[in-house]
Amino acid sequence: MNEARDWPLYEIFIRARGGLDHKHVGSVHAADARMAVEHARDVYTRRQEGVSIWVVRSADIVASDPGEADSLFEPARDKVYRHPTFYQIPKEVETL
Amino acid sequence: MSAASAAGPAQRTDLQRYLLRIADTSLVLAQRLGEWIGHAPAIEEDLGLANTALDLLGQARLLLGYAGEIEGLGRDEDALAFRRDEADFCNATIAELPNGHFGDTIARQFLVDAYQVPLFERLAASADPRLAEIAAKALKEAEYHLRYSAGWMVRLGDGTDESHARIQASLERLWPYTQELFDADDTDRAVAAAGIGPALEELKAEWSRTVERVLGEATLRRPADAPYRWYGKQGRHSEHLGHLLAEMQYLQRAHPGAQW
Repeated sequence: MNEARDWPLYEIFIRARGGLDHKHVGSVHAADARMAVEHARDVYTRRQEGVSIWVVRSADIVASDPGEADSLFEPARDKVYRHPTFYQIPKEVETL
Repeated sequence: MSAASAAGPAQRTDLQRYLLRIADTSLVLAQRLGEWIGHAPAIEEDLGLANTALDLLGQARLLLGYAGEIEGLGRDEDALAFRRDEADFCNATIAELPNGHFGDTIARQFLVDAYQVPLFERLAASADPRLAEIAAKALKEAEYHLRYSAGWMVRLGDGTDESHARIQASLERLWPYTQELFDADDTDRAVAAAGIGPALEELKAEWSRTVERVLGEATLRRPADAPYRWYGKQGRHSEHLGHLLAEMQYLQRAHPGAQW
């Protein structure tokens, strides 16, 4: 497993079927992007979980700082009027 | 027992023998790849090799099932896989070679994948509709296998000095076994004449193109052809197949017909 430890980590996003978004499903170690796609295919789509794969080097993801959560997210808490709860969603829309 | 011995290699038709060659190559290679489970260099590779093994096993099941039906002696895929003797196995010798190190396994896989892709491509248009259906399914799998193994050939060949030297040595060791894949005998010629299987020269040309393209990208040398020949597909095997079968067939030999 030592070799694997030297491989960078890739975050894996899978599109379950046409019309849906790619969703984060986990991560794999791989030496390069092509290998990451193959590993993601072998690890995360063995049971027909997907029709498309995105891989992104974990190191390339810029994340918000948990320490700033209060200033980033708290101000939205008391603004319920931003929720679109006043609309009727048509039955035909399956994947909103 | 008498039925089984009456169906020895000599009594087989060309189509039966041909089906067994393709089926056994996939079956024996699947068994070899399965030996990697729990031992691959990374858990992702463990899964990758296991997935390939399962694809190959699936191909073998369909082909053996068909071969058993044609034989007409009531032997199903399990009977053919687990209760057939070594001399009656028709896999290409390269499939039964021990795994060696990871690079050896990758090189063996690449050489076989580059052969199976054009093989299944042509069999998908076979005059035998059942074989054509099986091949159409197998082709999609083989194309992925080739993508996987070719990727590793390039990564190892065009990697470090050590990985380059080791994968080149793997190629040299395995190369003499590749000629058997394209050495046409009476069975190969008969199925080609019947439009059931491809002419092996045709396969060899396409195999060579794939191999040369990938080796070029991998900065590897194509080894020289050796005069040596292997005849696994005619039932004459290396010393390795007996050991592999002893392990693979043990349970069904000890408890015939046992089920999970």
